[in-house]
Amino acid sequence: MQLAPQQAADPGVHAPVLSLRDISKSFGPVQALKDVRFDLRSGEVHALMGENGAGKSTLVKVLAGMHRPTSGTIAAGGSEVAFGSARDATAAGIAVVHQELLLFGEMTVAENVFSGRYPRSRAGMIDWGLVRRRARALLADLDCHDLDVDAKVASLSVAMRQRVEIARALNQNAKVLILDEPTAALAEKDAERLLDIVLRLRARGVGIVYVSHRMNEIFRISDRMTVLRDGQYVGTVDAAATSEADLIAMMVGRSIDQVFPKVEAQIGAPVLEVRGLSSGPLVQDATLTVRAGEIVGLAGLVGSGRTELALTLFGITPATSGTIAIDGQEVRIGSPKAARDAGIAYVPEDRGHQGLVKPMAIRENISMAVLDRLSPGGILRKGDEKRIAAEGFRRLGVRAAGIEQPVGQLSGGNQQKVVIAKWLETRPKLLILDEPTRGIDVGAKSEIHRLMGEMAQQGLAILMISSELPEVLAMSDRVLVVAEGRIAAELPRGEATPQTVGHAMTRRTGTTAHGRARP
Amino acid sequence: MTDMTIDRPDAGAPMTGALRRVLREYGHELLVALAILVLLAVVGTINPRFVSARNMTSVFSGNAYIAVAAIGMTMIIVIRQIDLSVGALIGVLATISGTIAVSGAPVWVAWAAPVICGAAISSVTGVLVAYAGIPSIVVSLGMMAILQGGLISVTGGAWISDLPPAFLLAKMKVLGLPMPLVWGVVLTSAAAVWMRMSAFGRSLYLIGGNAEAARAVGIPVRRRIVAVFAIHGAFAGLATLLFATQLQVIQSTTPANLELVIITAAVIGGVSILGGTGTVIGASLAAVLFAAIGSALIFVNVSAYWLRALIGVLILLTVLADVMRRRRETRAGGH
Repeated sequence: MQLAPQQAADPGVHAPVLSLRDISKSFGPVQALKDVRFDLRSGEVHALMGENGAGKSTLVKVLAGMHRPTSGTIAAGGSEVAFGSARDATAAGIAVVHQELLLFGEMTVAENVFSGRYPRSRAGMIDWGLVRRRARALLADLDCHDLDVDAKVASLSVAMRQRVEIARALNQNAKVLILDEPTAALAEKDAERLLDIVLRLRARGVGIVYVSHRMNEIFRISDRMTVLRDGQYVGTVDAAATSEADLIAMMVGRSIDQVFPKVEAQIGAPVLEVRGLSSGPLVQDATLTVRAGEIVGLAGLVGSGRTELALTLFGITPATSGTIAIDGQEVRIGSPKAARDAGIAYVPEDRGHQGLVKPMAIRENISMAVLDRLSPGGILRKGDEKRIAAEGFRRLGVRAAGIEQPVGQLSGGNQQKVVIAKWLETRPKLLILDEPTRGIDVGAKSEIHRLMGEMAQQGLAILMISSELPEVLAMSDRVLVVAEGRIAAELPRGEATPQTVGHAMTRRTGTTAHGRARP
Repeated sequence: MTDMTIDRPDAGAPMTGALRRVLREYGHELLVALAILVLLAVVGTINPRFVSARNMTSVFSGNAYIAVAAIGMTMIIVIRQIDLSVGALIGVLATISGTIAVSGAPVWVAWAAPVICGAAISSVTGVLVAYAGIPSIVVSLGMMAILQGGLISVTGGAWISDLPPAFLLAKMKVLGLPMPLVWGVVLTSAAAVWMRMSAFGRSLYLIGGNAEAARAVGIPVRRRIVAVFAIHGAFAGLATLLFATQLQVIQSTTPANLELVIITAAVIGGVSILGGTGTVIGASLAAVLFAAIGSALIFVNVSAYWLRALIGVLILLTVLADVMRRRRETRAGGH
């Protein structure tokens, strides 16, 4: 396996349109990027690769002028630039199509293509005729003749909106186009069309930075790939000379056993038994069991229904049919409160949004799920509260100045520990972890994994949702694969491999390995 | 970079640790209290009549109703809601109370009515906010118009006069102290203790900080919203009792801009308009502060119109400080 980082070669032939040198970016105590190098040539598709939390989005934001690097230099078109804002980046010929499209829904396609920079007629008024003609021409260039320039953007599909964004970028004469996971929310056919558009733009000499997790896409369209890991630059390689395995090795950087220490636990009686559970289109007839001491991994593509299943079990979107039993006792779960009282805890995918009250102290966050228990007669027992907070703090090894520090000031890993501490305080029987290590740095990640092992050893049943296949494979005693709202496969630890799981993820509808994702 | 590098150790001598905690938790309240003391000292030096017992009594008791109404408003703002109808509500409650008082019903009925009606009317707002999901700024705007219009239509603009002396609560004294002052202090302290010591109070801060997370741990967010609106309405009723019994007559119009004065008291008192922080003590102190500023301007011969401008400046400064503090906190958190 060859990992030799290749620097931009032959500057005479392919002068980089964009060049980053030793870019570092830190947010408070968190170092998101460290000494990253990156070169983009005109007429190349350059894939930006890395695991979740590797620093891709931060790098994209630096390229787009949304983040100012803490140190390092950026050169565009050969001269050094300093982006103070997204506007500066646009002026330097860089356009970004973000994952969340930034369009004006109530305005027409033509208005969006020109947003903010309308051509004027001689009388100083906006020349709407020209706006519409140019918008139509730009879209025709992208082979999007079927797009009505007078349609309101809000009425368009995601794929169409994306094309509007790309047309807008081209209208700004972008020499660099950054696409951040452009196919993540697209159906297969639309994804194909997008790749065609990308290749078309490449032929016209636009430099394209392409961020995606879909390996087959990457290998189909990219010329070179740059890999980041934990905010560090790993290397840049030619796509033609690299295999998928090489690329994964660069992204992960070490063998899986080292990353995910699996602790053996005694597997006991069934804790959660679900039969024929349905709720909406993404939870259909789910039947599963999780036993005490067992870690069950829930794998599936984004939009396959993994999170929806968790939300149903936790009572946020209550089931419309089917049964849930805890410790052999059937329970009705119509609200998060009922789930909590039944012994189910849910550590959400989005900690900031659903898990934490950021301005409040660690103590107040840990105690929030058990306020009733801590306040007989309605009066909060502050002493007990402090005691349990300090206990959770110590047990999970939260790194902070003390239990009075606001959680908003903690790093992602420590915030996650606070969320877990909060839920452990409810003395759950089943712990559902949704993307437990997303956006967490590697050190804290393995700590969370160690904690999961410990909790399982103490007899907790754990249901883990994760988009990181290595994490699922290494941590789970059993893997359930969810596809299109159904449990498509159940694989014991010994049989779960990237191939079997990947196959099951897409088996139901027979789409290709990276299947369909619904927003 | 796992380790926390923000250094704010709790270590140090116990005295300084306790002092630091008080400063961190009640820094804003202390600042407002300090502003009151400075104002009294400075204006009192220029014109000693300002700090005479007579003037102080009239300033504090005359404005105690604003402090009382600000208690409920604080709770509303803490859970990230707003109530623009409170001024109109107080007007309506005053008329209800006065009408009962002159009808010959027992005085306690005239006193209890505004508290109960306040809670009931405000609950309607709460239900629309919590269950119909309409933003409180819209619901309360509608409620304000209904109350204002309804009041004038029903009363035809007639004032209520000949209020029985036994009804005039604001003119009574307890232990030689004016009733409004006593109520202001007692209600503020009780509410402050309740907000700090009870699970209910804590749940309001959690809801204001992150309603989604509060719901996920089983806090009944909608029921709490209705409860807070009801409590706020009851405080508006109590404020009405102090407000409507100051004079022998009750006007049948709603006091102009009263809701803004009450909201302003909460905001200057350090209740973040973004929810989740602030105390009733701060709000009550702020009500005292601008009652004192209003009076002080008269004693130093400055036009009372400056009061409004000055309060405007205070609002902007307070909100700016709040936004900057939040930005600092999130900065330190990364991502």
